Amino acid sequence: MELYKLTIHELHEKIKNKEITAKDIASDVFKRIDSVENKVKAYLSVARDEALKQAEDADKEIKAGKVNPLTGIPIAIKDNICIDGVKTTCASKILENFIPPYDASVITKLKASGYILTGKTNMDEFAMGSSTENSAFGATRNPYDLERVPGGSSGGSAAAVSADECIAALGSDTGGSIRQPAALCGVVGMKPTYGRVSRYGLVAFASSLDQIGPITKDVTDCAIMMNAISGYDKCDSTSADVALPDFTKSLIKDVKGLKIGIPDEYFIEGIDPEIEKSVLDAVKLLEGLGAKSERIKLPHTGYAIATYYILATSEASSNLARYDGVKYGFRAKGKDLIDMYMETRAKGFGSEVKRRIMLGTYALSAGYYEAFYKKGQQVRTLIKRDFDEAFKKVDVIITPTSPTPAFKIGEKTADPLQMYLSDIFTISVNLAGVPAASIPSGFTKGNLPIGLQIIAKPFDEETIIRAAYTFEQSTEMHKKRPAI
Amino acid sequence: MNITKKDVEHIALLSRLKLTEEEKETFVKQLSGILTHVEKLNEVNTNGIEPTSHVIKMQNVMRGDAVTGSLPVEKVLANAPDRTEEFFRVPKIIE
Repeated sequence: MELYKLTIHELHEKIKNKEITAKDIASDVFKRIDSVENKVKAYLSVARDEALKQAEDADKEIKAGKVNPLTGIPIAIKDNICIDGVKTTCASKILENFIPPYDASVITKLKASGYILTGKTNMDEFAMGSSTENSAFGATRNPYDLERVPGGSSGGSAAAVSADECIAALGSDTGGSIRQPAALCGVVGMKPTYGRVSRYGLVAFASSLDQIGPITKDVTDCAIMMNAISGYDKCDSTSADVALPDFTKSLIKDVKGLKIGIPDEYFIEGIDPEIEKSVLDAVKLLEGLGAKSERIKLPHTGYAIATYYILATSEASSNLARYDGVKYGFRAKGKDLIDMYMETRAKGFGSEVKRRIMLGTYALSAGYYEAFYKKGQQVRTLIKRDFDEAFKKVDVIITPTSPTPAFKIGEKTADPLQMYLSDIFTISVNLAGVPAASIPSGFTKGNLPIGLQIIAKPFDEETIIRAAYTFEQSTEMHKKRPAI
Repeated sequence: MNITKKDVEHIALLSRLKLTEEEKETFVKQLSGILTHVEKLNEVNTNGIEPTSHVIKMQNVMRGDAVTGSLPVEKVLANAPDRTEEFFRVPKIIE
């Protein structure tokens, strides 16, 4: 069988109808991992024996009539999400041997729903990057072209879903780290509203921007995963205590009367013409189904990258102060305590992490705080207001997810600013705290996936799902898989 | 905006990062470039604009003053690079 090719909802039907067992699915997925992982390198660790054991347990549950939507479904987890007893490295040398003593809240939820862990996926170190090249343990490859990056920082999760090395995955998104790799690998990725999903057990990068979300093969699976991981959590003080919808109720093929905003600032020089055409064609398709579109303005878009690289690095410099070689993680030898700190961090962190700690420390240091950090926070207010104003007029905003398709490995590593610009269309969403998803909208002439971003107002993931589902069900894009 | 080698050395100390001479040279160039891009923010008039630290309305989140479970000591200390009994061990601080 080739069960690894299927989606969560397709496998769930087969399990319910007793056509297959959880063990059949797990065996098939690990066979797939055996045949393609040496090319893709999506995983940092694979939990084969544990998974087959979990699958046996799931089959007992199924026999007893207890079948949740995720019972027996093999799911990959980004390696910055803590799982009790499972090595969690953040793709960093400094956490190379770290074994969390507790589960992240999303893992507690997934365990309760009967999921099967396939393994931990590769990422840019501490989620800092847009290509997964910043991993201390080697780069992940794009399943559509092994010479190209899968995007980042959740590149391992997106590549694993795209290459059918798992059925679905979790990623995290601080400036585009779920949506950009989803776009580059031709899969669906959602960054929920800030506060929708608990961050407890997600290793912190920039706490006011980080959010966990799903990467899936189609929109239906996205809704199922959102149901599984969302909700208030007392362990995360920024978790939002708001009503929780059943996201699968929004899987409706209907956009009649939906108002779409097309922001001028996202269709600029430098954007790949094939991407621009694909996204505008998608809007036309939705208009044909009864949606209405209008040009809108998000005037502060041009300042988003600068704002982000001040605020995110400032938060990171503070969050990463905990890696001091004392309580957990790598320790280097030093002459005295401070020398031990400095040697540990010099040897434990990679160059991008050091660069961001330096930048953030500078922005927060005496004499520069007002000019950089406070200024960034004020511009963040203006960026958020742009979205507030836009959502008075429209229901969703549609943009490209990334200005280019997957780029070549090594193409942007020499110039950090060039790499930062790959997040130009995703960063504002994190600064404003609004939800957004990337779905496949087409392919370039060179057969590289193109992603379309749908943004909605806070806590309105339902409208994103409805628009995304309508588009998906009217096209064949989500059925395409890389020839690997 | 130009960052000097002295600036880089100062920030590295604050960041508790030991840098090689080569890294210092690279950071002088790269941080100057990134901060020049960031200076774009000066074009924006932010007089009277409230800073945003978090997008959701936040107050202090308190829990009840009640004893709850905590992580097992052995499990937590298992990750320590160096330990003695139930303590984290660090290089000598006081002579």
